[in-house]
Amino acid sequence: MCAAKTEDSADLERRDFLYIATGTLGAVGAAALAWPFIDQMNPDASTRALASIDVDISAIEPGQAITVKWRGQPIFIRNRTEQEVEEARAVALEDLKDRSAENDNLPAGEPATDANRSAGEGRENWIIMVGVCTHLGCVPVGQAGDFGGWFCPCHGSHYDTAGRIRRGPAPRNLPIPVFAFTSDTTVTIG
Amino acid sequence: MKLKTILSGMTVALMLGAGAHAAEEGAPSYPLEQPRHADWSFAGIFGHWDIQQLQRGLQVYQEVCAACHSLKYVAFRNLEALGYSQDQVKNFAAGFSVADGPNDEGEMFERPGRTSDYFPSPFANEQAAAYANNGAAPPDLSLMAKARAPERGFPTFIFDIFTLYAENGPDYIYSLLTGYQDSPAGVEVPEGAHYNPYFVAGPALAMAPPLSDGVVTYEDGAPETVDQYAKDVSAFLMWAAEPHLVERKSMGFKVMVFLILFAGLLYLTKKQVWAGLKEKEA
Amino acid sequence: MSAGHSIYTPKSGFMKWLDNRLPLPRLIYDSFVAYPVPRNLNGWYTFGGILSLMLVSQIITGIVLAMHYVANSGMAFDSVEHIMRDVNFGWLMRRMHAVGASMFFVAVYIHIFRGMYYGSYKNPREVLWILGVIIFLLMMATAFMGYVLPWGQMSFWGATVITGFFTAIPWIGDSIQQLLLGGFAVENPTLNRFFSLHYLLPFMIAGVVVLHVWALHVTGQTNPTGVEVKDMRKETVPFSPYATLKDAVALVLFFILFAWFIFFLPDYLGHPDNYIPADPLKTPTHIVPEWYFLPFYAILRAITFNISIPFTEIVLIDSKLGGVIAMFASIAVLFILPWLDTSKVRSANYRPLYRQFFWIFVAVCIFLGWLGSRPAEGIYPTLSLIATIYYFAHFFVILPWLGWVEKPKPLPASIADAVLTESKRMAVSNPNPAVLHQTGTQS
Repeated sequence: MCAAKTEDSADLERRDFLYIATGTLGAVGAAALAWPFIDQMNPDASTRALASIDVDISAIEPGQAITVKWRGQPIFIRNRTEQEVEEARAVALEDLKDRSAENDNLPAGEPATDANRSAGEGRENWIIMVGVCTHLGCVPVGQAGDFGGWFCPCHGSHYDTAGRIRRGPAPRNLPIPVFAFTSDTTVTIG
Repeated sequence: MKLKTILSGMTVALMLGAGAHAAEEGAPSYPLEQPRHADWSFAGIFGHWDIQQLQRGLQVYQEVCAACHSLKYVAFRNLEALGYSQDQVKNFAAGFSVADGPNDEGEMFERPGRTSDYFPSPFANEQAAAYANNGAAPPDLSLMAKARAPERGFPTFIFDIFTLYAENGPDYIYSLLTGYQDSPAGVEVPEGAHYNPYFVAGPALAMAPPLSDGVVTYEDGAPETVDQYAKDVSAFLMWAAEPHLVERKSMGFKVMVFLILFAGLLYLTKKQVWAGLKEKEA
Repeated sequence: MSAGHSIYTPKSGFMKWLDNRLPLPRLIYDSFVAYPVPRNLNGWYTFGGILSLMLVSQIITGIVLAMHYVANSGMAFDSVEHIMRDVNFGWLMRRMHAVGASMFFVAVYIHIFRGMYYGSYKNPREVLWILGVIIFLLMMATAFMGYVLPWGQMSFWGATVITGFFTAIPWIGDSIQQLLLGGFAVENPTLNRFFSLHYLLPFMIAGVVVLHVWALHVTGQTNPTGVEVKDMRKETVPFSPYATLKDAVALVLFFILFAWFIFFLPDYLGHPDNYIPADPLKTPTHIVPEWYFLPFYAILRAITFNISIPFTEIVLIDSKLGGVIAMFASIAVLFILPWLDTSKVRSANYRPLYRQFFWIFVAVCIFLGWLGSRPAEGIYPTLSLIATIYYFAHFFVILPWLGWVEKPKPLPASIADAVLTESKRMAVSNPNPAVLHQTGTQS
């Protein structure tokens, strides 16, 4: 009574197509389902809102510095004296441990001249750096160390007046974040 | 089978009867009147925001409600969803004074708002809000459109599953704002309260009618009536309560299409695989 | 069907290597690939698979939410709003978890009622059934504690009411309540420990589920005829791909219902008062638990009278304690169900009288659920009491009595017979030869 159905090649093709279609749709669905679970770990909207800050620098006299918090890290903003700028300019590139400017506002590979470390044309007295030692992450102390700049007490790294590493275990100069002066008295960081 | 039908019918009848019975006797249930329905652009599967309406609603909130009601979960940066540019939002935020500090001298200070700040409260704290308002602190409005959903009764709440009615909140707010009227004869209204049959917690509420014709000047020519103000601010509050509403519904549509397609394919696959079995039958 | 020797042959060198050292491939193969399943299972039997996946879904969405949620009474409500507004897809995660809890209970109630209809609890599956009731209890505890976490008005006051139960226990009730609360009222200590336990319990549920599936695999599934498998070759099919595919179809259909609520009716199953931050000084007009607890809530409030020694003023059990006892008894009775049902016939398909009482019982449970949502005034308490009495009568009076007096329909000799009879019956009513190959009790 139940004759065995022989599948002709058209049936086989249709069946395979069905399985492949179902499998593909399932895989696509699974990937689409997985993405929100992964993306929720990315920084959320309130964190991204604080990704950029405006700082009023009008009150910083020459020889003074402030520290502000940006993306959870300290940012040193210093109004350097002419003497500090001269000292930084007098240093030869060959004497530097890290010859790269480490400045996110410039293309990669620029040399660590004082011009490339400062805040640009007409603003050579300003220097803005992430105040985190490039060795193991401590916050260096300002106006300290053998080079008139910053000194990290954790393992003895010395930075000069342009924030470049001169002695000690730290491998790189203090990084300079993306920033822009929106006026003479306000700078936007990030 | 017959017994089952009879008894199921009895159960339903009992429920309907009990509901009607309770409505007749005992303490009155509030709200005295069910909320009136308005047409909302964000209702239904393809609901979307009417950006103009949301902007007008924000204006109503700012000019009328913000004097007493905070909106603490909405940040200025969220207002870009209302069609404003980053600069417009920045300027809007800068118009607010926000508490911050302590500064290096250890003092709290006020500064202009930034886009990352939240709408500030008109009062320093809950107690100040209550003190300034006869003991009843005006509630925060961020979630008001979801915190009010008067019961729809049986069997309406079953039909709602299919009609996707989810606008109880905005309907309630709209009805409340347009529902102030003289109390009927024989209804006691305490001193300082205002009769409103749409209020969910009693016959009268402490808030005086906040809207009147012409109290807000619209730039876009929309009618400056209490009805329009109420609609606009209700829509705005729905956005404030659920800013991702449109994203939710549009994702929902795509998910449903996918699932129905996938269910169909899976079903055919299942039949195909199981058909292989019947061939083995003796 | 019981643990016998495995027919697993590893296909790859790696699998052989692994299987020799830890027989996990063999275990998975035996349990979920080769495992024989009666071929006449209908759609009602897919809910076990659906439940397993809902548990996985709740655990994954829960862990994700825990990355952003803060279990402190000053920040909990705010952190949930943070999830809903700022966290990428946070609104989706939260909705999946909240609606998922309701869906979990939809599935578990269908699963339980299916068991009651087809006699899945009967010998030799009593332990399987009892493990299931334990899972149900753990689910209820988990859901209750989870609902407290958003720290809305209903979260807070629901917790206050439920933890208030313990004061009903004579003498030591107050001390127990303080121990559970970590204070004198529901406050931050309570919230913190509820979060800790809410995270823990699902993993305990997973453990009991493993036992539950193990117990199932020892005895094998029941089937709609209630007649045990006699000929494995003719009457069973391997779990993969047959049952896997059928479960997959049911799962996707279930997800359609799930998605319908997540995306278009997200707050339908919740309560608007939970969008108001918890206020210990202001009680909501009507405190109600989530819908899946409503029948038990109705039973709790149905006991409005004290039980005293007759003709004296001495109260043995006051109404509060009476309500608590009745509520716990309504779940505890499930544990002894296998012994209350005296019928020798398993499936309600062959028990015409029991079938009617089953559906009445379902109607009464739904009625109790609706009553749980009503205020405790007017005629509602009386109706609740009648429904509660009927609920217990179903277990203690009707079930034992039915077993003695019922005349069941004649059982099929075997599953194969039942399937064959069904195909012949369908062939007679549908003489299209093409359809002849499409018959059977499978859909």
